[in-house]
Parts: sequence; C-alpha cells; structure tokens
Amino acid sequence: MPNASPFERLPCRPQATVTVFVEDTPIEVSQHDSAAAAVLAAGLLPSRTTPASEAPRAPYCLMGVCFECLIEIDGAPNQQGCMIPVREGMRIRRQCGARDMHGEDHHGVA
Amino acid sequence: MTPRPPNGSRSADACVIGGGLVGIAIALGLQRHGLDVAVLDEGDVALRASRGNFGLVWVQGKGDTQPAYASITRRSARLWPDLARRLQEQTGIDVQLQQRGGLYLCLTEEELEARRQMLAKMRDAAGGDYPHETLDLAQVRDYFPDIGDEVAGATWCPEDGHLNPLLLLRALTQRFRAQGGVIENGGRVQGIERQGEAFRVTTPSGDWSCAKVVLAAGLGNRELAPMVGLSAPVFPNRGQVLIAERVRPFLHYPTGHVRQTGEGTVQIGDSKEDVGFDSGTTTDVMAHIAHRAVRLFPLLRDVRMVRAWGALRVMTPDGYPVYEASRDCPGAYLVTCHSGVTLGALHEGPLADWIARDETDLPLEVFHAQRFAL
Repeated sequence: MPNASPFERLPCRPQATVTVFVEDTPIEVSQHDSAAAAVLAAGLLPSRTTPASEAPRAPYCLMGVCFECLIEIDGAPNQQGCMIPVREGMRIRRQCGARDMHGEDHHGVA
Repeated sequence: MTPRPPNGSRSADACVIGGGLVGIAIALGLQRHGLDVAVLDEGDVALRASRGNFGLVWVQGKGDTQPAYASITRRSARLWPDLARRLQEQTGIDVQLQQRGGLYLCLTEEELEARRQMLAKMRDAAGGDYPHETLDLAQVRDYFPDIGDEVAGATWCPEDGHLNPLLLLRALTQRFRAQGGVIENGGRVQGIERQGEAFRVTTPSGDWSCAKVVLAAGLGNRELAPMVGLSAPVFPNRGQVLIAERVRPFLHYPTGHVRQTGEGTVQIGDSKEDVGFDSGTTTDVMAHIAHRAVRLFPLLRDVRMVRAWGALRVMTPDGYPVYEASRDCPGAYLVTCHSGVTLGALHEGPLADWIARDETDLPLEVFHAQRFAL
C-alpha cells in the first residue's frame, strides 16, 4: 500500500484527471502530471532502491537531471518518471535495485 | 608538504611528471624505497587517458610480435592481486580487481581462426607456457548464457581480468598522499635542466629540484623527452566508449569489447581512430560500437545508454611501451605505455624498483625508443 503523501496539491485551474495505478492502487491525478508527480501524490516512498547499495530514494529534481525518480512504467524498468507524462491506465511500480534484463516483459517497452 | 625555500624552488628526491595511472603507480613504488616524491601533474586541461580507459587487466594477445611484452604483461597480471590487496588494506578502497579469465569474442570464423593462430604462435614463443583456449559458440554459452547466435566463438585466457580504473586512480593517489607524497596540479612542465647532480624542473607554479626525474606524462612525453636527451615518438589514438545504465549482473567475465562493472554498469568499447588530439565522440562510431555489442549480447538492445566518451591512447609506432634511462642525463627516466591498468602493478613494483636502484631483471633494452630510429 502506498504511504500517505506528504505533498499537498496547490489550488490551480481545474484540469481533467486520469487514473493511474501505483503499485496496483488506483489514483486520480491531473492529466498534465508527470509519472513522478503521481508517485509523490500516491506517497510511494521510497519509489526506488539504488542498484549498488539498495538505498531508498524518491523523486528529487523533477527536471530530468538527477535520475532519482527511476521507476517501472507499464513493465519498462528504469524510466525517468519526471520526464514522462501520465496516461490513462498507466501502471507504475517501484524500481527495486538494478534492472534485471532476464525475465523482463519487453513487450510493454515503449 | 615540502617546505618552500626562500628562493621559491622546492625539492624532492624524485619528481614524477604526470599524475595519471602510470605516474602515480611509479611514484608509489618509489615511496617504498624511502624516496620523497613529488608528482607534477599538468592539471585538468591534460588529456587524461587514465580517466577514460576501459579497465581491463588483459593478457591474451598482448605482445604477439614481442615476447618480452607478453612476458612483462603476464608478470604485471601476476603482481596485481598483491597490489590490489595492499591498496584495500591501506586505503579501504576495493579497486574491484577480478582475474578469473576473460574472453575475446569473434563474430566470424575467419577472425576466430586468426586469433587461434596468433595465440598458438604466442604459446610457442613462450615455450608452451601460454594458457588459453579457443571456444566455439556452444562453449562460449557456458560462460555467457546470453551470448548472441551470430558469435562464431571466442578465445579464452584464464589470466585475463579487469578492475575499476577510476577507483584505482583514487586508491593510488590516496595512498601516495597519505605517505607524504605531493601532487602539484601546477600546469605543464616547461623545462628540465641538469644542474650538477640534480635536475631543475620548471613549472608555471614554481621550480622543483630533484635527483631523479621520471617522465610519465603520456602524450606530453613527446615534448619532455628531448629535454633529457631522450626521444618519445608517441601519438594519440582515440577510443570511444559507451556506458549503459546499471543492470543486474549478467556478464561474469570481461570481454575485449564489453564488460560489466561491480556496480552493474555495462561498459562497451571501443574504437581505434587516428584523429589527432580530438578526444570527442562521433555518432557513426558510437553506432558501430553499439551495433557490435548488440550482436554479441542481443539483450543489450533494450538497455539505455547513459554516457559516452572518447579518450586518447598513448601509442608508439609498434604499440609497445618505452622504458628508458637517459644516458646523457643520468637520473632521468622515460616511461610511456598505453596499458596503464594492466601494467600498473609492474609499474608500482619492478619498474619503480629499477628507477630507485638503477638495476633490474626486466628486459628493458627491448623497450628503448632507439628501436624506432633503426
């Protein structure tokens, strides 16, 4: 189960929403959110563990630089969540350690 | 730090010019002999081959036309475990040395046959002592279950290995400094003058006085060598390298073109380009490198590239090192090679011993630069 999110959405112009699944839990997010924003809204912390030491991490720079927001999106590992807009039905999962090239479902890879 | 005397010059028993893997390894070896050593490094504008190399501790095929090179390469490989262990104990840095053997993968039968013949010749030259095997695709699969079907086979040498060259440079540097070694990043050495029994080395940030001077400046040796009556006909040869994201371990042995680091990074090489002092990258060469890697290991198709770089090898006309003491200027030594990792343990060990004591069992006459003047 995702944690409670420590982030509060600031009031802004109403936007259409889409439903994405974060670790199988549906959550409604704004249509222009990034996948990393959805992760933060869902409170999925940590959202990944590092490849070498498996230390916990979460989205950080949110502008494509730090790679802390790597997550699995629709079966594709190590996706930069902050650079990928949400889509209706998107399935987001934690990135646990380094990606394993064996046993990956490559069919879903964009 | 050596105190700066009033005349503005500092002194050391030995000055090593060049703070890359070659220079620092020798500097560390000289410290074992109780010498007070200063490393004079140009600074971050230098070409820095030690920051761009591939990290192989490689034996197979090296010295196919020069048995003495094959011999010092293997000697260095044998010395590596001890150096890596000492560095770990002294600095806490694990340089990730692994010497369980390596494979050179071939995509065509012709290439495989040529390597088989080359290594057989090297075995003869070594009096039968040159362990290696030629593997067909089925045998390669025992080492690499993910090998591509296009691969014809590989040559295997149990003495090959690899390490992390950046961690190595850091460990060598840390140990050298911890023992009182000075590293000056004070710009390019402008002059070396013999003054009586000592050398005066001029740099933009001040002069150094020393009894011994070691030229280990890579491509910079070309300009430095004539200052001590030597010649260093070195030229740049570019290699481009691709770096992929970290993945779970899938390559348990290094290969000539692809290796996986201890952290899971996939490093993919390489090219051999004659492009002068341009250390950049080009799309066509990167594409070629990537294409070959995917033929070798098709599962790399889905892996993301995260970095690429070019670095300049320090090449000689025959590809072999130059190790030479100056006759005109006793106390000056020239050291240049393009295998700062593989030969690192030799440089820290027997080669530094030679410079410290002026005697050695190494076959150094083979590596004089005079061979290029014949």
